[in-house]
Amino acid sequence: MNKVLTTPIKNEDLEDLRAGDVVYLDGTMVTCRDVGHRRLIELGRELPVDLRGMAILHAGPIVVPDGAGWKMISIGPTTSMRMESMERPFIGRTGVKLVIGKGGMGPETVAGCREHKAVHAVFPGGCAVLAATEVEAIERVEWLDLGMPEALWVCRVKHFGPLIISIDTQGNNLFETNKATFNARKTAIVERISQQVRFIK
Amino acid sequence: MNDEQNVLFLKDLMARFTAYVGKHLPDDVLAKLKELRTQEQGGLSTVVYDSMFENLGLADRLDRPCCQDTGVIQFFLRAGAAFPYLGELRENLRAAVAAATIAAPLRHNAVETFLEKNTGTNLGLRVPWIDWDIVAGDGLEIDVYMAGGGCTLPGAAKVLMPNAGYEGVVQFVFDVVTSYGVNACPPLLVGVGISTAVETAALLSKRAILRPLGSRNPEPRAAEMELLLEQGLNDLGLGPQGLSGNRTVMGVHIENSARHPSTIGVGISTGCWAHRRGTIRINADMTHEILSHRGVTL
Repeated sequence: MNKVLTTPIKNEDLEDLRAGDVVYLDGTMVTCRDVGHRRLIELGRELPVDLRGMAILHAGPIVVPDGAGWKMISIGPTTSMRMESMERPFIGRTGVKLVIGKGGMGPETVAGCREHKAVHAVFPGGCAVLAATEVEAIERVEWLDLGMPEALWVCRVKHFGPLIISIDTQGNNLFETNKATFNARKTAIVERISQQVRFIK
Repeated sequence: MNDEQNVLFLKDLMARFTAYVGKHLPDDVLAKLKELRTQEQGGLSTVVYDSMFENLGLADRLDRPCCQDTGVIQFFLRAGAAFPYLGELRENLRAAVAAATIAAPLRHNAVETFLEKNTGTNLGLRVPWIDWDIVAGDGLEIDVYMAGGGCTLPGAAKVLMPNAGYEGVVQFVFDVVTSYGVNACPPLLVGVGISTAVETAALLSKRAILRPLGSRNPEPRAAEMELLLEQGLNDLGLGPQGLSGNRTVMGVHIENSARHPSTIGVGISTGCWAHRRGTIRINADMTHEILSHRGVTL
């Protein structure tokens, strides 16, 4: 059954979720990617948004001015793995509960999710108009000096998803499990093809 | 139309075409995705494919870029030596990108290196990237390509020793796809360049993913290797978004050149499922035909 998470998300909302489950999000979701993580973790700057119990989306959207505010045009997830080296302390420092992105993350994020009771989920990559239609409003923007993709866009979302849990609070990592399967298949396949491409004789 | 009007027309045409390519997948990619969708069964594959097709419908209906990452705009030209507006073409294509960025709208994706500032226009040093191939005739054929960061990230090239053979190429392709490829929005289009050096192989690998899906390398052995790699990568079973399934790729294309006897240069480029490639043929009198999206007029 598809579960709906509502911000502020509490630990008990996440405890029963397992990698591979599909959920949707209602509430506050903030875009935060490479430089946003770098400013907090490596440069020690305070994040201008309180993320306790909230969700972040690894994404750089297309937005256009709309009256006094902004309108969301297109917002899909970006490759989460780029944030792997910083996500564990990021979760610890901010209290973010739901990290949304694309593709898997690694052991550091798994540890962060376990220690601080958070999860990583993927929104299907490239489905950016679908995601934009699930953003009810852009409430504000911070760090716009970073440019459109890297700024922190504070969004109010309704039934945002599908979100596929990739890392749960128990240490399960869907993509690492899948990768192990792919790699286990690889050796035999490469050997089979190699037999047929010995063109240098 | 006089020359001045033709130059202006060309700019407007390319601005409209660039914006269009960001919102609509080409015919061959769309057909392949429909086919691949039928070959996946249930579970997360269905969740993902449903979202993909719902998204394409929404992008069309709302007239918006189907993926938010509209890339650094790249133009691959096959420019007739006698095309009358060659001298103006570079500036014209830059102006077209600036116009499309506002009209589409496209994401701002040109960050000046070292300054580390986003220009906010999609124009920057050597951006849009333009690749020139001068051919006979007075026409102009342009591939517009926009790749997101996600499917650009797996790109790799290296130079193998000849003893590694084509077997070394196979290993390299599989290593790239099972590592970075998983996060690059499969099902992928994998381009392989086989040549002498890193830059020649890398360029050929990019040209490979600009070929229409289903086309085959004219050299029978290369065509056979394309098929073997396709079947082999599909046997890995990455599935849509790497969530596992029955298929990994939309296709594998190889482009090749003769090589130095002492080296095998190999390059790999990957295209994501949202493979936004458009091809347009423009004649000297500005009549034109869109080859990638049949029946479309701008």
